[in-house]
Amino acid sequence: MTIYGVAILAACYLIGQWIGAELGALLGIDANVGGVGFSMLLLMLANSYMHRRKLLAPMTEGGILFWSNLYIPVIVAMSAVQNVAAALSGGAVAIIAGILVTIIPMVLLPFVVRLMKRKAP
Amino acid sequence: MKLIMDILTKNGLVVAFLVTGGILWLSYLISDKILRKKIPGSAIAIVTGLLLAYVGGAVTGGSKGIADISWLSGMGIMGGAMFRDFAIVSTAQGVHLEELRGTGWVGVVSLLLGITMSFVIGMLVALSFGYHDPKDLATIGAGACTFIVGPVTGAAVKASSEVIAVSIAAGVVKSVVVTLITPVFARQIGLNNPQSAMVYGGLMGTTSGVAAGLAATDPKLVPYGAMTATFFTGLGCLLCPSVFYLILTYFFGS
Repeated sequence: MTIYGVAILAACYLIGQWIGAELGALLGIDANVGGVGFSMLLLMLANSYMHRRKLLAPMTEGGILFWSNLYIPVIVAMSAVQNVAAALSGGAVAIIAGILVTIIPMVLLPFVVRLMKRKAP
Repeated sequence: MKLIMDILTKNGLVVAFLVTGGILWLSYLISDKILRKKIPGSAIAIVTGLLLAYVGGAVTGGSKGIADISWLSGMGIMGGAMFRDFAIVSTAQGVHLEELRGTGWVGVVSLLLGITMSFVIGMLVALSFGYHDPKDLATIGAGACTFIVGPVTGAAVKASSEVIAVSIAAGVVKSVVVTLITPVFARQIGLNNPQSAMVYGGLMGTTSGVAAGLAATDPKLVPYGAMTATFFTGLGCLLCPSVFYLILTYFFGS
């Protein structure tokens, strides 16, 4: 059933958020540390386990794929609720810092990737 | 008319589905027919979203973009953190564990590099604009990481609310710029495989910017970038008000 897939996704999401929150609390900071990342790892583990055991019915998988297909629309809605007006009114410091901090790491990306490939075991 | 408005306001999330569907339909139409797929439809849709956000903020003076218009408030639910993270997690369904094996250190190195670089760049810009207090420098440097690290750091080091506002703005500008220019330069910087997407997520860190930018570049790369980016804000909140701030007080006095 489709809802099984959605429920598996929900379980991974919630457990991951919980791990992220605990990790944040453990480090003494008021932020979720990697909650989404842990959720994704859990989903991948669950997915490969179920694939191996042939437990993943197509309808069940459909419940997860439905959400990953809605991903871009959700991102579009997210861009529509950003505080763009504030970003532009934050003054020159904010705008220049925001632009430089995007462009410099972006230019460095190929070098970082190459460096890591060379060091890779 | 009032009845229609009532219905729209009461069913916010459903209205958001309709409006977002409309934006995507129009964007793909423009991409196909007018631009001959030179710019992907998803990129046009995301830019349209940002424009609407600006209009919403300019018209209402609020902070939630288009969602400040009452009958469009459902956009705030659909585009809020819960739906965003839920949808991002679901994209991991297409990732195979084998591809990630042994890449953990790539993520860690790019994250540390990304946070340090963002902090230093933000701090240098603040310095060149005449900020000297280590509290202000740390807060703006943290804002250059993400718009969450900025206020968290500002609150921790007790910076003024004006400086915190600047730090949030810097973070928001970053997420907007990342969204806009990622698809433009993706090919030149070799952003076309899972590993470089992971490094990119770690260097940039803004989950919304990385996710939207990669979605507009190649949706298959999204889970890899999001995976590392999700650790950026937490690590930034950890490092900026502590280690980085202490280093700044050493150089600039407290």
